[in-house]
Amino acid sequence: MIKYISKRLWQSGVLAFIMSLIVFFGMYVVGDPVEMLADDEFTEEDKIELAIELGLDKPLYEQYLNFAGDIIRGDFGISFVHNRPVLDLIIERLPATLEIALLAMAIGLSIGISLGIYSGIKGNSKASRMISFFSTIGYSTPNFWQALLLILLFAVFLKWLPASGRGLTNSLFGIEWSLLSIDGIQHMILPAVNLAIYKICMQARLARSGTQEILYQEYMMFARAKGISRNRIIRRHLLRNILIPIVTITGLEVGGLIAFSTVTETIFAWPGIGKLLLDSIHMVDRPVVVAYLILITLMFVFINFVVDVMYAFLDPRIRYQK
Amino acid sequence: MKPIFVGYPIAIAGLVGFIFYILVALLAPWISPQNPYDLMVLDIMDGLLPPLSKLGNGTTAWLGTDALGRDILSSVMYGLRISLFVAFVAVTIGTIIGVILGLLAAIYGGWIETVIMRAVDLKVSFPGILLALMLLAIFGTGVDKIIYALIIGVWASKARLTRSSALSEMQKEYIDAARLSGISNWRIMLRFLLPNSIAPVLVVVPMALSGAIGAEATLSFLGVGVPITEPSLGLLISNGNDYLLSGKWWISIIPGLVLVSLVLCINVVADRIREHNNPYLKFQDKT
Repeated sequence: MIKYISKRLWQSGVLAFIMSLIVFFGMYVVGDPVEMLADDEFTEEDKIELAIELGLDKPLYEQYLNFAGDIIRGDFGISFVHNRPVLDLIIERLPATLEIALLAMAIGLSIGISLGIYSGIKGNSKASRMISFFSTIGYSTPNFWQALLLILLFAVFLKWLPASGRGLTNSLFGIEWSLLSIDGIQHMILPAVNLAIYKICMQARLARSGTQEILYQEYMMFARAKGISRNRIIRRHLLRNILIPIVTITGLEVGGLIAFSTVTETIFAWPGIGKLLLDSIHMVDRPVVVAYLILITLMFVFINFVVDVMYAFLDPRIRYQK
Repeated sequence: MKPIFVGYPIAIAGLVGFIFYILVALLAPWISPQNPYDLMVLDIMDGLLPPLSKLGNGTTAWLGTDALGRDILSSVMYGLRISLFVAFVAVTIGTIIGVILGLLAAIYGGWIETVIMRAVDLKVSFPGILLALMLLAIFGTGVDKIIYALIIGVWASKARLTRSSALSEMQKEYIDAARLSGISNWRIMLRFLLPNSIAPVLVVVPMALSGAIGAEATLSFLGVGVPITEPSLGLLISNGNDYLLSGKWWISIIPGLVLVSLVLCINVVADRIREHNNPYLKFQDKT
């Protein structure tokens, strides 16, 4: 197991290195930072001076080392728009993103897996067909469109829930959480449900197809033939085996949720890192975009690593592969 | 095609709907009531009219007008054209790239295979929307840029599928026979391997198409996709979004319904094709 983990760790390091190269080349070599920072009054000499100041006269590998060194020290530069250190901006907004992502995940997993197993076991019943019909619709509808419908229905017509912002927050461990106030929770419902719909459909489909594949395996027939109770078969034999694909996908989907929260956050004006990214792209606030991409990349590398280890933990066959 | 769809009314309806939308997109310049790009025919006095209103020139705007007095039906037809064009081009190019890389990996093996498959791993470990945003943040926006971004989302899974199906083909005797008769690797790849290992890839192409349509709509809705001069369905929805809260629902709801029904049509067809080709799913119901 340790050998497996260290091999994965090494691969993660390589992955992080390659992604940092891609961001570096994309942001610093393809685009010209001098042209971006310079205004109309800059002469050619001013531009050369600025290039030297930014270290652009140095060889590429040296520039990359500086870039990577700054990142390792946690120095992502100053935002052009907010005029504050980028890292502070991101850390300040991270809790807002995490809390809706985790809430959405909890909703998605609990509802999705139960619906999926139910419709997998029931096969052709009416309820099961309804579930797969709605999951196809949910799956086919773009996230942003669902958000608009949610706003139209619950905020505009019914006026039950607020459609934008974070509402009141309460602080815990020095961080502001919407989860800790009634008003905050009301503000969270629509964006969290919006993020969760896709997850519910996805988990339901996964659990359903997993259930159907496993239902006809010989060990399931054997378990039934032994006379084990239905609930025990579901819990011990079915759930455990369908969990393998679900764990993999879910791990990746935590990251996916955070990436997709760019869409949800923008529509619901939820002040998380996703909205920060889009605002920064629109306002060409390059340091923020670079920092976001680097941090989210590192997060993905980390998630992939954890998923691989979990996967090996759940399925011993993987550990012993070459 | 016939045996796949016979007895599956929902899949047939999806196929019919999909073909209908393709025809509308292709014929838009000839059948739309108005050319939404022609500023001369627009009248600001016709702005924000609800569906079924009479316009100043006596015609009826069946689906209403937007703030500039543009007929929604016409702009949806043109938007459909752009959405489908972008998705078709991206999926076609992405699939071709993926298939070629998958075949190369399978037939040459060695470091070529390692490089290609590592690149695939790299791609699939990141969500598509993130890579697309990354690319659009680097290169800026535009129809060509969004096509590149979508191609990046498409190629990797196709390469992986092609490689695994080509590898299992290569175990078979006819490939050995071809090798022994001295045929070049390229010829084996294109004449023998390609036709015999492409089926599993073609099965997932419809799914990739609906995914690309949704992704393009999302990016355009967020303002990082197609430019305002060439509005796709996603951008039309985004334009109407500002009027949604004031009750003028038709401007964004109508392009939205078209988008959703288009993707839904493709997905039910895609599901049917996939089920048809996957023996594991034979116990599934007929939806």
